[in-house]
Amino acid sequence: MNRALVIAEHSLGKLNASTAKCVSCVQGIGEVEIDIAVLAADAGALAAEAAALGGVRRVLTLERPENVEALAAVWAPQLAALAGGYTHLFGPSTTFGKDLMPRIAALLGVGQISDVMAVDSAYRFRRPVYASNAIITVEAPAGSIVVATVRTASFQPAAGGGQAPIEALAVTATLPTHTRFVSRSAANADRPDLQTAARVVSGGRALASAENFKLLYQLADALGAAVGASRAAVDAGYAANELQVGQTGKIIAPQLYMALGISGAIQHLTGIKDARTIVAVNKDSEAPIFEVADIGLVGDLFTIVPELERLIRARQ
Amino acid sequence: MSPILVGIKRVIDYSVRVRVKPDGSGVVTDGVKMSINPFDEIALEEALRIKERNLATEVIVISIGAHEAQQQLRTALAMGADRALLVQVDGPVEPLTAAQVFLKLVQKHQPQLVILGKQAIDDDNGQTGQMLAALWERPQATYASKLELDGARARVTREVDAGLETIEIDLPAVVTTDLRLNEPRYIKLPDIMKAKKKPLDVTTLAELGVATPTQGIRTLKFEAPPTRSRGVMVKDAAELLAALQQRGVL
Repeated sequence: MNRALVIAEHSLGKLNASTAKCVSCVQGIGEVEIDIAVLAADAGALAAEAAALGGVRRVLTLERPENVEALAAVWAPQLAALAGGYTHLFGPSTTFGKDLMPRIAALLGVGQISDVMAVDSAYRFRRPVYASNAIITVEAPAGSIVVATVRTASFQPAAGGGQAPIEALAVTATLPTHTRFVSRSAANADRPDLQTAARVVSGGRALASAENFKLLYQLADALGAAVGASRAAVDAGYAANELQVGQTGKIIAPQLYMALGISGAIQHLTGIKDARTIVAVNKDSEAPIFEVADIGLVGDLFTIVPELERLIRARQ
Repeated sequence: MSPILVGIKRVIDYSVRVRVKPDGSGVVTDGVKMSINPFDEIALEEALRIKERNLATEVIVISIGAHEAQQQLRTALAMGADRALLVQVDGPVEPLTAAQVFLKLVQKHQPQLVILGKQAIDDDNGQTGQMLAALWERPQATYASKLELDGARARVTREVDAGLETIEIDLPAVVTTDLRLNEPRYIKLPDIMKAKKKPLDVTTLAELGVATPTQGIRTLKFEAPPTRSRGVMVKDAAELLAALQQRGVL
């Protein structure tokens, strides 16, 4: 029997959707008992959320004041101490999991499989390399713990309806004080989250200014969509870094992705390959974005975007 | 003051359209342009700027890989690194092995900082920095977009999913670079000439006392990704809306 431990990601007192997707990925390995580890200063509500996920055997909480922020150097020794007896240790391939999981793997003396996009068996997985220009099948050695990060865009969240028991644990681990949290800029909380939104409206360099990005926000509001941006738009200062979609930004899989004034560099396309419907609006009919778009429109986005917003609002 | 170590990986240039070999054994590398991993270039630029502010004694660049990686180390020397070391390994190097190599070099050189790219654009693993920090039992500041040194401490702004996060770390530490940390300098011709005289040593895993892993993660095959096909073209906003409705998206 495989035994898997999923590391819960959370912020502002809520479980991140990545946790349910990690559970769903782990369920793909077949016969498996799944535990979720919740590290926090106060794990109460988080543990209850995790316990409600379907297919979870138990939720383990590690409550200490030092766990208030997810500092890899602080969390990794505790999770390494907890890892004994598990065959699989999984976390999300978000900046949280990408920061934390390799630190745990090294403490356990094993390698890590990054960005699992498909599960072939308990020890065989598929993952993207070369900015998703190739997919490799990898095999971890049986007999040692498999540490992996999960590409959340590739998995549906696990169903709810679970009633797993919650157990408070204490592990003996010396926690370092050499790493200290200072601050975090508040992301725009009154909009859908880019990583999990069903609809995303994204802008590129052609927007030409941060001011013009407001056009996108208005269309996004009409659609109930999150806003994204290409690397070029972020580098030019038109949009905040956390809005970047693509290989080095966020990899997303919305129902609808609208690429407005985005030429479609390979690094950007990597981030949207799993979107169900891709719409491209660009004045350059040769732009590579049209090669992957389900619906393409060649034209001036400064007239098309407001017109589209007007038509959508007229329907409502 | 102490040195800064920087990792330099030789990878297929970011502008090359990577293709999978028909037999699935790897990707096409024959006649393909090779370069320094772009995130490593940013790491080197940051180290050079610190040294230019007289906050480091020297910048040592390290590559782990094939004999040909000497080309990328020469480029790094031309950018301004003081000396280079190639740990020559044939075949792929797992991140845990790379971290073990860096640990040996950290013990030898006692740097204040090891600056690495957040990931290499070939295997996209993104693990080596965090693994080194774990083995070294020192802080890690991944995805850095700003690095401010303050004596025995550093304040690092990190690009995280939620936005920007700032942490304070004690030195020595490992920092991994994100895109917006800096813009690497261009190399001038006289620097290329000067770089030819700078020291470039070659060593091996065995000489460093790092075991070759026997039981790592194995790559079984490479495949081309599924492709999306070109869809329909519409001529105005109204048609676009109709097409979205037809697909059941709105």
